[in-house]
Amino acid sequence: MEKFDTLTTTAIPLEIENVDTDQIIPARFLKATDKKGFGDNVFRDWRFQKDGNPNVSFVLNDPTYSGSILIAGTNFGCGSSREHAAWALVGYGFRVVVSSFFADIFKGNALNNGLLPVQVSEEFLQLLFDTVKTNPETNITINLEAQTIIIENEIKESFEIDPYKKTCLLNGYDDIDYLLSKLEKIKKFEATTA
Amino acid sequence: MKKTLFDKVWDAHVVDAIENGPQILYIDKHLIHEVTSPQAFQTLEERGIPILRPDQIVATADHNTPTLDQDKPIKDPLSRHQLEQLSKNCEKHGITLYELGHQYNGIVHVMAPELGITQPGMTLVCGDSHTSTHGAFGSIAFGIGTSQVAQVFASQCLLLKKPKKMRVTVNGSLKKGVLPKDVILYIISQIGTNAGTGYFCEYAGEVFENMSMEGRMTVCNMSIEMGARGGMIAPDETTFNYVKGRKFAPKGSDFDTKVAYWKTLPTDEGAVFDKEYTFDAADINPMITYGTNPGMGIKVNGHIPQQEDTSFQKSLAYMGFEAGGRLLDTPINYVFIGSCTNSRIEDFRVAASFVKGKQKAENVTAWLVPGSKQVEAQIIDEGLRDIFEEAGFRLRQPGCSACLAMNDDKIPEGEYCVSTSNRNFEGRQGQGSRTLLASPLVAAATAIEGRIVDITKHLN
Repeated sequence: MEKFDTLTTTAIPLEIENVDTDQIIPARFLKATDKKGFGDNVFRDWRFQKDGNPNVSFVLNDPTYSGSILIAGTNFGCGSSREHAAWALVGYGFRVVVSSFFADIFKGNALNNGLLPVQVSEEFLQLLFDTVKTNPETNITINLEAQTIIIENEIKESFEIDPYKKTCLLNGYDDIDYLLSKLEKIKKFEATTA
Repeated sequence: MKKTLFDKVWDAHVVDAIENGPQILYIDKHLIHEVTSPQAFQTLEERGIPILRPDQIVATADHNTPTLDQDKPIKDPLSRHQLEQLSKNCEKHGITLYELGHQYNGIVHVMAPELGITQPGMTLVCGDSHTSTHGAFGSIAFGIGTSQVAQVFASQCLLLKKPKKMRVTVNGSLKKGVLPKDVILYIISQIGTNAGTGYFCEYAGEVFENMSMEGRMTVCNMSIEMGARGGMIAPDETTFNYVKGRKFAPKGSDFDTKVAYWKTLPTDEGAVFDKEYTFDAADINPMITYGTNPGMGIKVNGHIPQQEDTSFQKSLAYMGFEAGGRLLDTPINYVFIGSCTNSRIEDFRVAASFVKGKQKAENVTAWLVPGSKQVEAQIIDEGLRDIFEEAGFRLRQPGCSACLAMNDDKIPEGEYCVSTSNRNFEGRQGQGSRTLLASPLVAAATAIEGRIVDITKHLN
């Protein structure tokens, strides 16, 4: 897994609530047997019209906005457990999603793929939307070590992250490494409960 | 200390804990299917890690399978490849697979309970968010991502922070025509689609005590639609009677020993939940959804609420409905009875009892998709297929089908579909499709009338 420490970039505002994983990557693209190529189809049915031409009114097609931070409305990533949603966002180039609330399974999937879910207050989220929409050049800094999100070196908010997951992201470890280091304990547990 | 059902099952499966971090939770059963497993097999192969307990994994093909001509080769090369990959992976690693056409094949959340794979007190996972279904047995069951599928392959464990606990109590008795699907749609419409995020939800009270196992599965299935990773119902005589005698259920004295343990699992009197909701069964009516998340539900003869926010308005615009309006008499051309929510025999019985002696409306294309080969066989044995065929319906073969439209069962753009499935997200049933979630009874009535009707009037 790719390491994550700090990131400063412009951001893309997706001001929609309850963005579900079917929107992030529609089911018809889940037929692949590897993790590649999902970025091409991220938000497919919002990004493209039925005839395959880009939907110019969708924010990812708006040349005003760019960057590897996605700012989205509350309850981001609800619905299906498909990890393809995280692969699609990472594949497209996002490293961070900022929202005021994340669905559980998506949050775990994101963390397992080096995509950092940053949960902020409703007020801060609204401020982010307003600031980025007023000035799309606004730089946002995410500092994982300090657990802060900063707008243009000025306005700051802290965010929570599980300390274990933080260590994993900072070092590029994943859960399999850790679980395998505990195999003896796991086998002992099996023996006592069988 | 007083413990909840969830605490008891969880605590019995904790192998170890990281200080200030997650716990290592042991997983008893791991169910897999063709869509979310291939990349997990790939991860293990790339890293040269063996599968620790292949005998605790059961596989089925369901998401990406055709519901007609299952005996013929699959036309779509990508789908065919994905199913072949599952077969190869299972063969290579010695995993039991109920592949397409097998007498036990079916939707993972239908076939596992009916084979007795799902049992009270277990931990059970699957790379599918509707794994919450199995909590109906008093097990901890939840959906996981593909990285976690790989973790369970490698270690039979997951690293998890213990979720919080909530309880939804519904007392009283349900009115005529109100089905388990209406109960869960009602609950979600009241508490919202993220009320359960971070929680495991126990359903308690007379309504669930008096519900069949199939009804309980319908309720627990949709726990994820209010954000809860899992739902649970205390195991009782209904549970034990359902499990008894099934293929993989414990037999003889083993069964009795298990039942004695299972009886210790219900929540202790006085145990504390982090959050509680209480509802009265008398307030629940046949439900239908009008928007693009499962929380946007109203009683079938009710009015769409008024809300200012843009997400709500975007949703209504997509659906082509107006705030304050009603859904009654909306013409409907598509009806889907199926999915891991409502594709069990009781669902087809209730639909058949309504359509018996009537004729399907001419404008309606109806897809009746059983949840498993066993349900399909039961539909035929009980004579329900004849009833459906006489009414102008055609029974298809088992699979997830139009619930997520990965196969050819897609609702055309702009069309409404009254569906017994679990998600009404934009395009869920096909690009541009518009889904209205409802019970099998409301779906059956819609298919007969070709429009949304007030089912309560048809029952009296």
